[in-house]
Amino acid sequence: MNRRLFLRSAGTGVALALLGPGAQTWAADYGRVLVLVELQGGNDGLNTVVPFTDPDYRRLRPALALPRDRLLRLDERTGLHPSLEPLWPLWRDGSLAVVQGLGYPEPNLSHFRSIEIWDTASDSDETLDDGWVGRAFSAQPPPDSYAAHGVVVGGGDDGPLEASGARVIRLTDTTRFLRQSRLALPAGAASNAALRHILAVEQSVVTAARGLDGGVRFATTFPKTGFGRSVRTACEAIASHGGVAAVKLSIGSFDTHVGQLGRHATLLEELADGLVALRSAMLELGRWDRTLVMTYGEFGRRPRENLGAGTDHGTASSHFVLGGRVRAGLHGAAPRLDRLDGAGNLAHTLDFRALYTNVLDAWWGTDSRTVLGRRWPGLDLIKA
Amino acid sequence: MRMFLVGLLVVLLAGCGASRTGVPPPATDTASGLPLTREDARHLLSRTGFGVTRSGVAALEGQPRRVAVERLLHDLRREAVTPPPRGVDRYEPPHDAKGADREDRRAFLQEQGRLSLDLRAWWLREMRESPSPLTERLTLFWHNHFVSSQEKVRSPTLMYRQNVLLRRHASGSFAKLLHAVARDPAMVVYLDNARNRKGAPNENFARELMELFTLGEGEYTEADVKEAARAFTGWGVDRRRGAFEFRQGQHDDGIKTVLGRSGRLGGDDVIDRLLAHPATAEFIVRKLWVEFVSPDPPGAEVSRIAAAFRTSGYEIRVALRALLLSDAFWAPANRGVLVKSPVDVVVGTLGTFEATVPDYAPFALLVARLGQNLFAPPSVKGWPGGEAWIDATTLLQRKQFLLALFRGQDLGAATFLRGGGGERSERLLRKGGPAMRERLVQGLAGLSFDPEAWVSGARDDGDVFGLLLPLPPVATDVALRPTVAEARDALQDPVYQLR
Repeated sequence: MNRRLFLRSAGTGVALALLGPGAQTWAADYGRVLVLVELQGGNDGLNTVVPFTDPDYRRLRPALALPRDRLLRLDERTGLHPSLEPLWPLWRDGSLAVVQGLGYPEPNLSHFRSIEIWDTASDSDETLDDGWVGRAFSAQPPPDSYAAHGVVVGGGDDGPLEASGARVIRLTDTTRFLRQSRLALPAGAASNAALRHILAVEQSVVTAARGLDGGVRFATTFPKTGFGRSVRTACEAIASHGGVAAVKLSIGSFDTHVGQLGRHATLLEELADGLVALRSAMLELGRWDRTLVMTYGEFGRRPRENLGAGTDHGTASSHFVLGGRVRAGLHGAAPRLDRLDGAGNLAHTLDFRALYTNVLDAWWGTDSRTVLGRRWPGLDLIKA
Repeated sequence: MRMFLVGLLVVLLAGCGASRTGVPPPATDTASGLPLTREDARHLLSRTGFGVTRSGVAALEGQPRRVAVERLLHDLRREAVTPPPRGVDRYEPPHDAKGADREDRRAFLQEQGRLSLDLRAWWLREMRESPSPLTERLTLFWHNHFVSSQEKVRSPTLMYRQNVLLRRHASGSFAKLLHAVARDPAMVVYLDNARNRKGAPNENFARELMELFTLGEGEYTEADVKEAARAFTGWGVDRRRGAFEFRQGQHDDGIKTVLGRSGRLGGDDVIDRLLAHPATAEFIVRKLWVEFVSPDPPGAEVSRIAAAFRTSGYEIRVALRALLLSDAFWAPANRGVLVKSPVDVVVGTLGTFEATVPDYAPFALLVARLGQNLFAPPSVKGWPGGEAWIDATTLLQRKQFLLALFRGQDLGAATFLRGGGGERSERLLRKGGPAMRERLVQGLAGLSFDPEAWVSGARDDGDVFGLLLPLPPVATDVALRPTVAEARDALQDPVYQLR
């Protein structure tokens, strides 16, 4: 936590104290699981949620514009990429929200810096150590009985779950994890940071092995893709008797500088198939109403295609929020293609922290002011 | 004779180094004359090589720090000692440039798959067998700095040539290395410079050049990236020959402004501009510090060494010498503060126990499964390293491998073939069919790992824990007599993951 954030949250504490005992108390409900899906490398929002009536779309993308008649129409001017067709039933039954124009002021076009901004919910010129979900865990920890606070599946870093106080484990295969967990040796005192880290991992293995039973068998068929396998492991962790509060999955790379069309279509299809399997498994458990899935990523891509039939790093993008209690539909405004910034990129229409605010307050019932320093308005995605 | 030469070299360097290159003396000059204890020798070897052997320790014990360090620097090489994989020097254009015959294509892919595995196995052997493991540690460091990946380049030959290039310059001039890497075909393909044309610049290379190769984030603007990208237009690869080529017709020779300097800049001009910027030396030294000394580089020390590095004309040896002779390097508080990489765990353990390894292919897959697939780092930023190497899954996989070595059980079934190497290796195994499986099984069957012989060579108990662990064990009791069980327990202790 940096000084600025500390001051912010200290101020919040004072404000709450002044409000006295009658003020709202925040009782976090971590029985509602949050599934974060990172679209690594920067997904092309413009070819994911397509403004097909906008003449600028075709003008900027002579090679990459998707044929209008193949899009899945969300309204009279917006359509989904055809590879997302598996998600169509979710749109029809009202459990899919599409949030447009997510970004932040003074966008950074570096993969690494920009994902750090998204992970930590910082301003563009501010550096924070902990992830936004990790900070929520530090402020109001999930119950000790949980197998882990968060599980990261299928590679990638802890990202939003990162925090010194958070119990986060990375899993690739639950069964193998349980078989090997007896090798963990959590004893001893650490004399340096690296050793402290290793001992914490040893301890997290022991705790997680107690909570993850690995006995869950789903009737759902999971796709045989990398992402599909990750989704299965995630579902096993959610279904375990210990349980987890958050899961992070990742899929990529969406960094399509060259020859975008085929690769992008494959990735979106893999994403959609995995998300559909996730919903099916959660319905099986009777937990779809207590599951919230959200995609995120460092940035979208530049509206004007490059000469390699690809796209370069951009700014604002669209993301998906799914779940049994989601207020379905299109949210936020599509960024204007006729008002690009100096670098030829989109101006965002909604700060990504509005999404986090909504998740923290309305999904978990934690206090977004403590975690984010303030409440970012603009989204109301969760039905009571 | 060789010792004499090294000694002579030391004297010569001590005499002229400071005045010629303007290197300020290390914080305490007398410290570099201190003789190495057994623990010091172990520390130096664990930071500059892979694993720690008794003979290695014996050779350095009692030497003054400066002499020991000069000896390591003197042994640095520009070429590998082991023969490269068969056929890797013959460049084959990507298969899409060849005929569409299905059979041909399949055979081509299979051969490229074999080469790619051979290449990884070859490098692990070189790390183990090179008389200068420090050369390989540096080569690996630059591989993780100037990242390119077989996953995108799709040519084991170009990846091999890049590896040769990195080794040739590994301890030479960073300036030369940077210029050479910028036109290295694997790099040009990996960061899309091959697609960078006048009127439609591709920013990928220009951005990573500044962010990851030289200045670091925050030292340049978006405008600098765009302008630099224009300077690199026309840099490409002739994919039929696999060689760099400059395409004049695609080059934008207009005026560009990069970091305040304007002119008809070309790619090499931009690189020189970046080398003239003080942030570059600091950025590289900070990274070298994290590799060799500790996870938290102190600003003053970094500045001191960076200034010497820059004044020397970016001689990597100068930076390395300063790092290895710094007080911080030898400070007790900095022993065992670095997390071993998968290569450290695997090659280091095989080296420490002086195992005989007929084929490193299974170990290349193991290292990949532990998170370090050589020639294929996860992103242009490379492996994040440090604490990120260890999570619940990889920690258990490390321990399982270390245990399997001692059980003498069939390593094939236990550690490698079942899901070994992640998804990609599984694909490789499936595609490679029975021949590949047989190769891995045979490779492991021929492995000779003899902890009893190793233990019997111990002088005293300190020779087991003292040699294997950088710090006292935290989860194991120190036994009275050196035994195989004790060595096995030492490898399971959390401290074994450190160096």
